[in-house]
Amino acid sequence: MREVAIVAAGMTRFGELWESSLRDLFVEAASDAMRNAGVDAVDDIYIGNMSGGQFVGQEHLAPLMADHLGLAGVGATRVESACASGGAALRLGYLSVASGMSDVVLVAGVEKMTDGADATQVLATAADQETEAYHGITFPGLYALIARAYMERYGATEEDLAWVAVKDHAHGALNPKAQFPRKITVEDVLSSTMVSDPLRLLNCSPVSDGAAAVILVPLEEASKYTDRPVRIRGVGQATGSMALADREDPTWLDAVAAAAERAYRMAGVGPEDIQVAEVHDCFSIAEVCCIEALGFVERGEGAAAAREGLTALGGRIPVNTSGGLKAKGHPVGASGVAQAIEIFHQLRGEAGERQVEGARIGLTQNMGGSGASAVVHIFERV
Amino acid sequence: MPSPRYWREVPGRYRLEAGRCEDCGKVSFPARTICPSCRGTNIASITLSRRATVVTSTVVRVPPDEFLMEAPYAVALLDTPEGARFMAQVVDCEPEEVVPGMEVELEFRLIRKEGDTGIRCYGHKGVPARTQP
Amino acid sequence: MAGIVGYGAYVPRNRIRAEEIARQWGKDPVSIQGGLLLEEKTVPGLDEDTVTISVAAARSAVARAGIDPAEIGALYVGSESHPYAVKPTGTLVVEALGIQPDVHVADFEFACKAGTEAMFVALGLVEAGRVRYAMGIGADTSQGAPGDALEYSASAGGAAFLFGEADPLAEVVATYSYTTDTPDFWRREGAFYPRHGGRFTGEPSYFAHVLSATRGILERSGHTPADFRFAVFHMPNGKFPLAAGKRLGFTREQLEVGWLVPVMGNTYSGSSPTGLAAVLDVADPDDLVLLTSFGSGAGSDSFIFRVTDLLPERRGRAPFVRDMLDGPKRYLTYGQYAKYREKIIRNS
Repeated sequence: MREVAIVAAGMTRFGELWESSLRDLFVEAASDAMRNAGVDAVDDIYIGNMSGGQFVGQEHLAPLMADHLGLAGVGATRVESACASGGAALRLGYLSVASGMSDVVLVAGVEKMTDGADATQVLATAADQETEAYHGITFPGLYALIARAYMERYGATEEDLAWVAVKDHAHGALNPKAQFPRKITVEDVLSSTMVSDPLRLLNCSPVSDGAAAVILVPLEEASKYTDRPVRIRGVGQATGSMALADREDPTWLDAVAAAAERAYRMAGVGPEDIQVAEVHDCFSIAEVCCIEALGFVERGEGAAAAREGLTALGGRIPVNTSGGLKAKGHPVGASGVAQAIEIFHQLRGEAGERQVEGARIGLTQNMGGSGASAVVHIFERV
Repeated sequence: MPSPRYWREVPGRYRLEAGRCEDCGKVSFPARTICPSCRGTNIASITLSRRATVVTSTVVRVPPDEFLMEAPYAVALLDTPEGARFMAQVVDCEPEEVVPGMEVELEFRLIRKEGDTGIRCYGHKGVPARTQP
Repeated sequence: MAGIVGYGAYVPRNRIRAEEIARQWGKDPVSIQGGLLLEEKTVPGLDEDTVTISVAAARSAVARAGIDPAEIGALYVGSESHPYAVKPTGTLVVEALGIQPDVHVADFEFACKAGTEAMFVALGLVEAGRVRYAMGIGADTSQGAPGDALEYSASAGGAAFLFGEADPLAEVVATYSYTTDTPDFWRREGAFYPRHGGRFTGEPSYFAHVLSATRGILERSGHTPADFRFAVFHMPNGKFPLAAGKRLGFTREQLEVGWLVPVMGNTYSGSSPTGLAAVLDVADPDDLVLLTSFGSGAGSDSFIFRVTDLLPERRGRAPFVRDMLDGPKRYLTYGQYAKYREKIIRNS
C-alpha cells in the first residue's frame, strides 16, 4: 500500500446557515479544497453524510454532489456511519489512494440540519430503533445514561462535565469558522436548561449546517500540490454493541478503544506520542469517555482532565483546539472531516492563535451514535 | 410504524419473550439468532418474569415530537433476574425518583402512538415495585 | 356448578382530588364533595388505556386461577373507551397473556354495563360446555367533559373474571338482566365527550333499572337482602348506590366494602366489577354476594355469587383492590390531569 497525504482542505463556517442548501454547502467546501490543492479534477469522491434523506428528503447524494461540483462522470460514494460518517469517508478515501486505485481523491462531509426536520427524532435514528428509540430515548438521553453511570462509578460531578464545555469554548473563541466563537463559564453551563438529566443544554453539541473537504494524494506526489503535506500515518475503525443495554460496561467506549488500538499499531506510536487531538465531544461526557478510551488518561480520570487543564491549549494533550463539536458545531456528516482539517492546520503550523507549538503528530477520533462505531486517524507532519 | 414490523415484534413486546444461549447462558432481549457473547446459534426461548432493577437512568426533558405530552419522563437501563438488560421507561412516580438500584415491576403499557390515526404500539414499562422480590 | 375461578382488578396510581377540579372551575369543593360523595378519583397515565388495564386485571385473574392461560377458550372485554373504533381490545389482551390463538374474542359495549355483559357471556359459554374457561373483563378510561358534573367522577380502572366449572372461588347462583331503551346518557361517533339528560339519569334510568334488576333476581332466586353478606351496585357517584341499596333493603354495612367510588371515581365498565373484586378480597366461604350493574341506554345485569372454601387460599396470589387504592399514589394538578386526559389541543 502507498503512503497517503492530505494536501489541501476547505470548509464552510459551521452554524445555522439559512442561505445555504445542502448542495451549496458541499460545493463551497469542496471547491475550496480543490482550489487550495490547485486541482480541477479528481479520480474518486467520498462523501460522509448521516441523513440527507431524513433532514432534507434527499438520498443518492454521491452523484448529486459530483454533478453540482461540475464533476459528473467521476465515481462517487456516499458513506454513512451516523456521526462517524466523515471519518468513515476519510478512511475509504485513504484506501482508494493507498491501494493505488486513485491518485487524487476528494473526501468531504456535509450535513444540512436546519431546514425544519425534527432533529431530535432524526438523530435518534442513530440509536437502536427497536430497543432504544421505540421507548422515547433521545440522543442526549443515551449520553445522559452514560454520564449518570460514569458519575455513579467514578464520583464525577456536573461541574467536571461543565469544564469540558468551558474548555472547548475557550478554544472555539479563537476559531473564525466556529458556530459559537465565544467563551462560556462553568456557571453558564450549570444554569443552562436541563436537556436530559444530568446533561444540560451547554453540555450538548448544537444542531448545525456545514461542510468540510480535503484532497488526498499519494505522499510521493504531494509536493506537486503543497510544500507542507500531512501524512496519514495510522487508520483504525471499529464497531461496538449498538444498544447501550448490550454493552458490558456502559461507561467504556470499546469501539473507540479498538479503533485507536488499530490506528496506534499501524502508525507505530502510542497515546503518549500524540501532541494534539480532535476528539468526538458530541456531549461533554463523550469527551471524558473518549480520552480514556484513546489512552490519554487512565479509566476514571477523564472527568478531571478539562478541569485540571490537561486537555487545554498549553496542557499535556490539547484536545479540540478547534472548539470541538460543542463550540465549532456538529453538522453530523461533516464533523469527521472537519476534525482532520484542524489537525491538518495544526501540523502545518497554520492554526494561528490555536497553534500547539511544534505539533508533529496529531490524532482524530470520530464516533457514531452512542459509540457503536468509531474511526481513528493518526497524522504526521512530513 | 409499519404493521408487519410491529406484528413481528409482538412476542417480545407483549410477553417479554427473550432468548437464552444454550451454549453460554447469555440472555438477550429481544432474542437474537446469533449469540452476541459466543456466536452460538443454539438459542432457547424464555419468558422474562416481570421484575427488574434500575442500572442507570435519565430524565428526558427535550423529547421527540411524538413524546411531547409525556415529557419529562424517565428512561432507564434495567437488569432482570434472568440476566437480560434492556431499555425502558420507568413511570408512575416522579421521574427524578428513578435511581440506580431501584426495584421495578414491568407493566404492560402504551409506548407510543402515531398521531390520531396510526396504530397504537404497546410494550412494557417499569413501575415502582409494590412488593419486594 | 360454574363460577369465578380467578379474578383480578387494576386501578392507576395517578389521582386527582375533587377539590382540585372544583378549584379550576370556581366551584365550592365542600358542596361538590358533599353532594356527590366523591373525594378523589383515579387518572390514567398517557400510557394507560382500556387495553393496559385489562391486561393487568387479567394477569391477576389468571394468577388466582392458577391455570395455563392457553386453556382459556374465550375472552371478552367490555368498555366504552376501547382505544380503537375498529380493532378489538380483546386481541391485544390475549396476545399479552399468551392465550392466542385458540380462543374466541369479542369486544362489548353498553355504557357502564359492558363489563358485566362480558362476564354474563363468558359464564354462559362455560355453562354450555362450549369452552372450559372464559374471561369477562370490564375496563374503562372514560372522559368527563370539562366543567361538567361528570368530570368529578369519570375515572379509570377495571376488573377481570375468569369463569370455569372446576374449583371455583365463588359459584354463580343466579343471573338476571333487565333492559329497556332509555336515552339517559350517550356519545355519538366522533364526539370526544358524552352527553346526558341531567336529572333524567336518576330515577327513570339508574334507579329504575338497578332496582328492577335486583328485585327481579331476588324474586327469581327466592332470596331476600338479609341473606347477603355483601351487595355491590354500579357507582356513578357516591350517593346513587347508597340510595339504591337502602331502598332495596340493604344495610350500609353490606354495601361498605364494595363502595369504592369516593376514592376511585366511576370506572364505568369497571365500576361494579371492581367493587365485586374488592368484596372477593375479603369475603368468607359461604358468603352470598349480590352484584347489580347499570349501563346507560339502558340496562342492568344482576348476579348472585356464593363464596367457596377455595377463595381464602387463592386470593393472595395477586394485589388487593384496597391496597391499590390506598397504596402509593400520585396526586396531579389540574394541568397535569388535562395533559394526561389529552384535553390539550395540538395539531395532529
